[in-house]
Amino acid sequence: MHPAFSVIFLTTLIGAGQGLFLALFTAQTYAAFDLLPAQTGPGFYGPGSLLALAFLAAGLLASFFHLGRPERAWRAATQWRTSWLSREVIVLPAFMGTVFLYGLAHWLDWRPVLLVLPSGLPVDPTAVLGVAGTVLAFLLFVCTGMVYACLRFLREWHTPLTVINFVLLGGASGFTLAAGLAAVAAPALVPFFAGWAAIITFLGLVGRGASLWRNRRLRPGSTVQSAIGVKHPRIVQRSQGFMGGSFNTREFFHGRTGAWLKGVKWGFLLAAFVVPTLLLGAGTAGGVGGALFVFIVQYAGLIAERWYFFAEANHPQNLYYRSMA
Amino acid sequence: MTQLALVIDLNVCVGCHACVTSCKEWNTSGSAGPMTDLNPYGKDPTGTFFNRVQTFEVGEFPNTETVHFPKSCLHCEDPPCVPVCPTGASYKRKEDGIVLVDYDKCIGCKYCSWACPYGVREFDEDQKVMKKCTLCVDRIYDARLPEADRKPACVKACPPGARLFGDIHDPDSVVSRAIREEGGYPLMPEWGTHPSNHYLPRRKTRIRIHEDELVRADNPLRVDRQQPGPSKAEPTMDDFSW
Repeated sequence: MHPAFSVIFLTTLIGAGQGLFLALFTAQTYAAFDLLPAQTGPGFYGPGSLLALAFLAAGLLASFFHLGRPERAWRAATQWRTSWLSREVIVLPAFMGTVFLYGLAHWLDWRPVLLVLPSGLPVDPTAVLGVAGTVLAFLLFVCTGMVYACLRFLREWHTPLTVINFVLLGGASGFTLAAGLAAVAAPALVPFFAGWAAIITFLGLVGRGASLWRNRRLRPGSTVQSAIGVKHPRIVQRSQGFMGGSFNTREFFHGRTGAWLKGVKWGFLLAAFVVPTLLLGAGTAGGVGGALFVFIVQYAGLIAERWYFFAEANHPQNLYYRSMA
Repeated sequence: MTQLALVIDLNVCVGCHACVTSCKEWNTSGSAGPMTDLNPYGKDPTGTFFNRVQTFEVGEFPNTETVHFPKSCLHCEDPPCVPVCPTGASYKRKEDGIVLVDYDKCIGCKYCSWACPYGVREFDEDQKVMKKCTLCVDRIYDARLPEADRKPACVKACPPGARLFGDIHDPDSVVSRAIREEGGYPLMPEWGTHPSNHYLPRRKTRIRIHEDELVRADNPLRVDRQQPGPSKAEPTMDDFSW
């Protein structure tokens, strides 16, 4: 497939936004159980939610550049019964709205006790919104992943690993971002976020490594024999039916050499996983600059990862466009 | 239920591209148009087509065979491109099974083209919507046309008559009969899309004769050797019977 930067930015930016929100609410939940120092006042969760919202909005904006007719984008919410893309279009704004309310409740410090759990734990609006946001964040990961995983003949994508990796890679970048935020607004939380970021990044390496390993062993589901229905081991294309390019030759080929692909693969394995895990483990995220540096390295790695994710998918229609003439 | 479809006979197709140009001419000026060409006389011409004819070489020289392969939307009975459409612009008509795109609803996200294993949907760079073969839906029902002309433009144009059009759910239609009796097959059956369009294979008529069928082994004249028959090189009685 031809990697479109609009979709690369959409999926990586909202992934980081979702991960950041999950990091914020994880910290709040830990604090509720007295496992972390509580962050009172508007100083941490409010700006954190705003930052998550900024990433989500940037991703949403990027997605519009993928559309030929962006002015009709509202129609994309209608086919949620059958289309994962439509479900994503519904869940993303719902999640953004929840993040906004969550941040607002923290900003205004609007925390009346709604009910008290049997264990004596008070439940306030931020907890309710946080749980709703967590559900929506995971739902959005599932929708985004399933947009690709549901296409059964794109076999590199048609695996549960696609959804799992969207969760892990989004989570990793979000927790790294949270470490950077904490370095500014709540230094006591830095080790917590950096630790989880390192763990999730490592899990992301395992998940992405597993999908790379799986995809290397894939056998093509279709062959040129089944594509044109002629039983012969040697079939060579002599003409595509046109001399210039077409939508089919542009949209489904990445047009890069094998060496480039290999370079991108090792590049993203280093930048998105290995280097961030080492830097986080070494405590680089302790300062603002260091944390920002780790996030930028990881985010650049994730852009390369998403580029490779598209490029490695081999569409069966390419069997009809094997040679130009 | 009706499922309109094309049956393309690869044994007949000569790769002349008449179906391609006829399709483009009819549809670019019809309700499915325009099918825009960009840079048509420049260095990298490109354009939207509903139908392409490709050429494949089967076998190794000198034992090769050229297969011309017309390729358009197969109007699958279970089209993977339709359920993925987020806007409902892609749909399959209940009454005749034609898969269409509503250009007024399409947002140009190209997701349907990713979901088609055959690569028969083409994005129009001018109108910014997805386009595809309509089976000339604006032509086949046009009561102003003579009955014989109510066929897709590609079918009407094909000089050797390699393209058949009809209802594959009607067992007595010309297309059903061709599929049944002449070995019609679908493309990439492994994905379970159940393409409606079928292709008829290249066919060669060969008779299978066993060695002992050429010479009669139990010829009584050969048993006692009294009156041997003429050798195969000599003229036989048949050569003189008039």
